[in-house]
Amino acid sequence: MSTVAVGNKKVGKIHPLKFALWIGCASIMMMFAAFTSAYIVRHAVGNWLEFRLPDVFFVSTAVILVSSMTLHGAYLAFKNGNEKRYKSLLVVSAILGVAFIVLQYQGWMAMQSIGIMLDGNPSGSFIYVISGVHAAHVLGGIAAIIMAILHAFALPFEVTDTRKLRFELTLTYWHFVDFLWLYLLLFFLTQ
Amino acid sequence: MATLTTSPQTSELDQLIEKYGYDDHFHEHHEGDKYKSNFLTTYVFSQDHKIIARQFLITGIFWAFIGAAMSIIFRLQLGFPDESLAWLKPLLGKWIEVDPATGIGKLAPEFYYALVTMHGTIIVFFVLTAGLSGTFSNLLIPLQCGARDMASPLLNMFSYWFFFLAGVVMFFSLFLSTGPFSGGWTAYPPLSALPQASDGSGAGMTLWIISMVFFVVSVLLGGVNYITTILNLRTKGMNMWRLPLTIWAFFITAILGLLSFPVLVSGVLLLMFDRSMGTSFYLSEIFVGGQALENVGGSPILYQHLFWFLGHPEVYIIILPAMGLVSEVLSVHSRKPIFGYKAMVYSMLAIGFLSFIVWAHHMFMSGVNPFISNFFVIFTLIIAVPSAVKVFNWITTLYRGNIRYNAASLFAIGFVSMFISGGLTGIFLGNSAIDIQMHDTYFVVAHFHIVMGIAAFFGMFAGIYNWFPKMFGRFMNDTLGKIHFWGTMIGAYAIFWPMHYLGMAGVPRRYYSFGTFYTFKHFLEGKQVITGASVVGFFLQVLFIVNFFFSMWKGKKVTSQNPWGASTLEWTTPINPGHGNWPGKIPAVHRWPYDYGKDGHEFISQVEPLKEGEKDSGDH
Repeated sequence: MSTVAVGNKKVGKIHPLKFALWIGCASIMMMFAAFTSAYIVRHAVGNWLEFRLPDVFFVSTAVILVSSMTLHGAYLAFKNGNEKRYKSLLVVSAILGVAFIVLQYQGWMAMQSIGIMLDGNPSGSFIYVISGVHAAHVLGGIAAIIMAILHAFALPFEVTDTRKLRFELTLTYWHFVDFLWLYLLLFFLTQ
Repeated sequence: MATLTTSPQTSELDQLIEKYGYDDHFHEHHEGDKYKSNFLTTYVFSQDHKIIARQFLITGIFWAFIGAAMSIIFRLQLGFPDESLAWLKPLLGKWIEVDPATGIGKLAPEFYYALVTMHGTIIVFFVLTAGLSGTFSNLLIPLQCGARDMASPLLNMFSYWFFFLAGVVMFFSLFLSTGPFSGGWTAYPPLSALPQASDGSGAGMTLWIISMVFFVVSVLLGGVNYITTILNLRTKGMNMWRLPLTIWAFFITAILGLLSFPVLVSGVLLLMFDRSMGTSFYLSEIFVGGQALENVGGSPILYQHLFWFLGHPEVYIIILPAMGLVSEVLSVHSRKPIFGYKAMVYSMLAIGFLSFIVWAHHMFMSGVNPFISNFFVIFTLIIAVPSAVKVFNWITTLYRGNIRYNAASLFAIGFVSMFISGGLTGIFLGNSAIDIQMHDTYFVVAHFHIVMGIAAFFGMFAGIYNWFPKMFGRFMNDTLGKIHFWGTMIGAYAIFWPMHYLGMAGVPRRYYSFGTFYTFKHFLEGKQVITGASVVGFFLQVLFIVNFFFSMWKGKKVTSQNPWGASTLEWTTPINPGHGNWPGKIPAVHRWPYDYGKDGHEFISQVEPLKEGEKDSGDH
């Protein structure tokens, strides 16, 4: 698959798969832009229940931000040939990724406990749906990191172009879902 | 037609590629084996873009047949509401209700709505999106850009199979005992949000949603591939201003798809929550059978906003590839450069941009603030400007051309005719004041069928007749093709022209029967004419399908590499290109794609280097 691409590759051009990933991210962004504009449109109609976002969402935000840093650290370690650091940071990132999902779940539980239900006022429904769809995208990222861990531990350590590319794709996507959450959180807070 | 060009050109092209081409060592990898190992990987789970294109096309033809046949059934109901349809009972079963006393069979009203809904869904998404852009983007992007294949052949294969899966689910929904979804192809809530709202709103709607989700995945996978391939895998010398207009069209189409389909996913996802999780995004204070529902606070208009934010770009997703194909076919068969190449590109970009800020012109009558409507009216009418630029350029391309009248070029000319007729009525409908009278009447039906239905089909037919030799190594029968064209051209106007008058008189669309409306009684004969024309038109399309499959196996063989004398890269490949498209080097490109009738040559291929002192005609 990649040989077809490499065959035509010209110097200084972005790798086609990386470019494809960027386009994919733009497409996902449009989906969330639609959600948030639906939120704004619906908010403007009125009959809107105001409530305070549970604090646990701030903890989860910190966790996913840190996971982005650790994954980036793992990537740098991989490039510099520091195998031990690379493997351990990769595992830490995966754990933080799972922790983010768990914390989001805690957040939904906290919302339920103050009486904000999925099938209640749309102000709560929107938060459930938007953060839920985001969590689904994070799960995809976790799957990619787990694949990276399997590769890291199953294959002999070696810095090749293919593996570097694969890592960069995972890293880009992970940063993307991270910043996507940051955008969503800021959106919820400012609305 | 094969005799039009002289055969020495053939070997010349190969020599040019060998001399100036770009050696990417592709065939040294023996990668071809992976793609051609057995029947299954060659013809079924193929990763070769040319096979995937043919898969899209044939699946599209299958769906076009179903979608058109559905329209014939509901046209019979509209034209001849008092005649017996009992003879359709073997096909439709319980949906034909036969009165045991008289033996007269009636089409079940619920099924009429299901037919209308499915006709729209199938033709808009499965035929004119997947069948049109899927086929030709796959076929032409690597061939005309000079690439071995798509950026990711694997995702490309998935793109087709998600479309296939979407089709299987939708096909299955046709056989549900409660019938397929019947609330209109736009799937507005509450009919789409409440399973108890109508027969088709239950299982039929659930399958509709599942099918659409698979379909969107297919579009996105395809789109990512198309854009990446066009931007990254162009051959040496192929800068953006040397791309044929087909590729520009597919490029802009793919961007529109990637930006608009995710919005539909958001809208449909909220709909799914309303359906099954009890949320109230779109529902508020509804009574079903005298019972008040618990849903409070939702807004059905919100769904319309989300739907039409996809829906309007979607009509350009349908028409832009047709425009690209038509531009190419017109230029090749009038043996003239396309008039205003850059203007064509900029007008497509302008149309693409404007398509995102006009969605609410579908909602003038749904309670949108009339002052906000003004904004959408203005931008809608501005679309007439780039559209007029394109029409002007097509006509000037034809003007004093040495036109070859074959099925491909006739359909391309027919496209221009349809686009003008349908575009003019768009100017009426784009005015929110006139829309008060026109909305939801047959005027709207006539408008969009001509401008995006028939026109897109014409573009598709032009493309099929023109590139059939590249796809199957054989020609389609041109005489049958011409009969197909003239019949369809006359038939299409006979169907949709009278509808304008019905619409202006206020005859509403989507009605099962007009028997109780005295006002509309005298239109029955007009409707019978329309039905008659659509039956004739339908059989002409069957003629096309026969011609298509007959020519696939028995058509006249293509004997030269470049039968149309075209200058683009797909005609520099062997007659039946294998995996990797070019047997040796990849051709390098030296000039724009429209060098026809230049310096005493009938045409100059893109692979031919510029002569000393010669300027690339594309640079101006």
